[in-house]
Amino acid sequence: MTFMQKLLKQAPVNVSRRGFLSGTGALVLSTTLPVRPSKAQEAEAAAGPAVPAFLEIHEDGTAKLLSPFIEGGQGIYTTFAQVVGEELDLAPENFSVEIAPAGPPYDVMGGFRITGGSMSTRTSYELMRQLGASARAMFLEAAAQDWGVDASELTTEPGMVVHEASGRRAGYGELAAVAMDLPVPAEVTLRDPSEFRWIKTPVPRLDVRDKSTGQAKYSIDVEVDGMLLAAVQHAPRLGLTPASVSNLSEIEAMRGVHSVHLLDGAVAVVAGKFWQARRAVEAAEVEWTEGEAQWPMPADFSTDVFRDTLAGKKGEIVEVEAKGDAASALESADTVIEAIYDAPFVVHGQLEPPSATARFNDDGTLEVWTSCQAPEMFQGTAAQVAGLDPSQVSIHSQMLGGFFGRHFLYATSNPFPQAIALAKAVGQPVKLIWTREEDFLRDAPRPLGLARFRGAIGPDGPTALSVEVVGEGPTGRWYDAPVGSDPSATEGISGKSYAIANSHVGQIFHPNPAVIGYWRAVGHSMHDFMYEGFLDEIAGAAGQDPFEMRRALLTDNQRLSTLLEAVGELSGGWQPGPFEAEDGSQRARGIAMASPFGSEAAAIAEVSLDGGEVAVHQVWVAIDPGQIVNPAIVEAQVQSAVALGVSQTLVEELTYEDGEPTARNFDLYPILRPDQMPEVHVRIIESGAPMGGVGEPGLPAVGPAIVNAVATLTGERIRSLPLSKHEFGGA
Amino acid sequence: MQLTINGESRDVDVDPDTPLLWVIREELGLTGTKYGCGIAQCGACTVLVDGYPTRSCQTPAESVTGAEIKTIETVEETETGRRVVEAWVANQVPQCGYCQSGQVLAATALLTETPNPTDEDIEYAMVNLCRCGTYNKIRAAVRDASEA
Ligand code: FES
Ligand code: FES
Repeated sequence: MTFMQKLLKQAPVNVSRRGFLSGTGALVLSTTLPVRPSKAQEAEAAAGPAVPAFLEIHEDGTAKLLSPFIEGGQGIYTTFAQVVGEELDLAPENFSVEIAPAGPPYDVMGGFRITGGSMSTRTSYELMRQLGASARAMFLEAAAQDWGVDASELTTEPGMVVHEASGRRAGYGELAAVAMDLPVPAEVTLRDPSEFRWIKTPVPRLDVRDKSTGQAKYSIDVEVDGMLLAAVQHAPRLGLTPASVSNLSEIEAMRGVHSVHLLDGAVAVVAGKFWQARRAVEAAEVEWTEGEAQWPMPADFSTDVFRDTLAGKKGEIVEVEAKGDAASALESADTVIEAIYDAPFVVHGQLEPPSATARFNDDGTLEVWTSCQAPEMFQGTAAQVAGLDPSQVSIHSQMLGGFFGRHFLYATSNPFPQAIALAKAVGQPVKLIWTREEDFLRDAPRPLGLARFRGAIGPDGPTALSVEVVGEGPTGRWYDAPVGSDPSATEGISGKSYAIANSHVGQIFHPNPAVIGYWRAVGHSMHDFMYEGFLDEIAGAAGQDPFEMRRALLTDNQRLSTLLEAVGELSGGWQPGPFEAEDGSQRARGIAMASPFGSEAAAIAEVSLDGGEVAVHQVWVAIDPGQIVNPAIVEAQVQSAVALGVSQTLVEELTYEDGEPTARNFDLYPILRPDQMPEVHVRIIESGAPMGGVGEPGLPAVGPAIVNAVATLTGERIRSLPLSKHEFGGA
Repeated sequence: MQLTINGESRDVDVDPDTPLLWVIREELGLTGTKYGCGIAQCGACTVLVDGYPTRSCQTPAESVTGAEIKTIETVEETETGRRVVEAWVANQVPQCGYCQSGQVLAATALLTETPNPTDEDIEYAMVNLCRCGTYNKIRAAVRDASEA
């Protein structure tokens, strides 16, 4: 059974009487447990008492939906309200959406779920429709029984069942008490897409007013009774651990300080207020000694040396994909070009610094409030740290102040294990906040990546392409994906769609000493830059226009051909330049394409030079996610992805010296400023292909489009990001 | 010390150099004001001090004892603040939302002072960082909320 088939096997069940909300007269639907539940789970599901619910429809006619996926700006709560509302026939604004706790039935990805990989809508779309349609059918049946008519005579209007023959009407809220005792129909008919009222429309987001008035609450805002606040000072190099604090008594005597703790790899101060804790911990004079970290940073680690190591790395080339015979084609070619591309470590830089609140309850259970993209995994680790069974741990995921991959489980990168240790030590609830400086020290950055390209040039473009991607991907690190089968290590170089007769992509594994992580668009965020840049080099060597060459290489790919034409048209027709803009500046445009996370995208960027620095004026994106739910949310996600794409291309780079990151905040690690933001023009194309992702796919083509434009403008081919480390003269 | 926050005089017992941000969040429990960087780089902590957008993470409490401090929680008490919030909702500006308290206050300060800002005025005033890249929508919302 494929992953998607497993998902589709879940079906709604009526759990109104299972004690979850007993006596409130609400219709409560859950889903059947995921494939092959354990006996214990089955027994529990049959007997109650606390059966978790996906969807509740209350007596006042409002609905509450528990989302398996966390909201972090991508609009998933609104998207789900639209999808369920469409089938239920209830306007999305009548929904409140909350995050579901860890565990079944919310582990909709087959025993777990993560908010990532642009997967949320894709994996739950059918299930959400089923839920809505089942509830609607039950309201119809409830009214039929109540009015003594056949359900087939009834229909619905938003929030109401209507009997046209008699003119009778009843709101869902009134019918909930009857509906809650009905069985869930075995089969429901889903609405025909041609009749959608909310799906595919720009329904306003449910969370926008709260977020515009300071009312939205995040992990950092959590407050529990009697909590103390904590701050930490991490070892400057991962792998060191505190031996002692030489001014301990001074620290302990500082205002508000409750206690000082030596943790693995960090010193913590617990105090009445965060500011007191922070001030004290920063005053601590710590003697560091080698500890026992799983991934200690070598004391001589530097990014420059690491890059050179990757560039010269020999070793087994594990095949990722191959077509034709690239090796012989390269061997016999008259013209071969070669290049090495690299992209730096980058931090997530989500604007909300990490935090976690932990509380041990009198019954021995543990509750944790934190930012979290993988609740079941956090639950497991929290249980381990606390010495409890996972069933005794509740994870309360909070609205995320940005994520981009920051809040997966990454060993030393999450604050919640420290919060648990501190809460245990002081016997009181503790909220721990990492300062931005501590976040920079312990973030799980996108790995520095490097690839070596060789291309054979024929008169019309590439006849062969061979790429060796050197390094390690996060999926290999955290989920044991074998070398050569770790998409995060090669995607964006593997998975391309150009018709090059002979091509070979291989991975040469080289361990990355850093605690590496997922960053928005993961491998695509850098590999598409490398591949699409080299493709333009091939076009240059073959004397081809880069747009025309792509067109020729994509004739057999309908989706990408359509996007290429669309983005050309959107930009007013392909014109690489250089040309003079209205303001007198010299400008050029570049093109690039990407096929990330089940979607396809094409981008054109327009750049100029301003005082030796690259300015990006406009970005045009054509994107095909197959099918969409909310065009406004998709557009906003593309805007956001473009911003991050421009940011990492222009200015972002985390460097290490002596095993320590050289930047600890946004002063030495700049991120995109408002005046650097280009105008963004988006065209969404629904090819009808299976639904792809939306949160990340807008990003990968942006960087190479910019870099290709820069090459046209300046004649300089940039093969190492970010652009800010290169000097551009003239123009 | 005495601070005047959102029109109320509040007595707080903190070290005089405690950043205003942490007084607002921890002593007064107003969590709409956000901590992002602590070094005056991002603007998530923006509040209005006598009407001026001010990065509260780098503002010692003792330096603002005589001033009128306004946080996001009362932004809708002025006509301009209300217009800004409505423009933010109409333009669907926020993504994660974390920077938006600061953005809304920066816009409110701008439009209170300059009801019809030029593009340069907007560029000069709206300098807070947004990691979600809502910059284009912010610009559009500020234009919407301006009077002309
Ligand atoms: S928190 Fe004050 S400017 Fe970033
Ligand atoms: S909306 Fe997320 S940082 Fe601005």
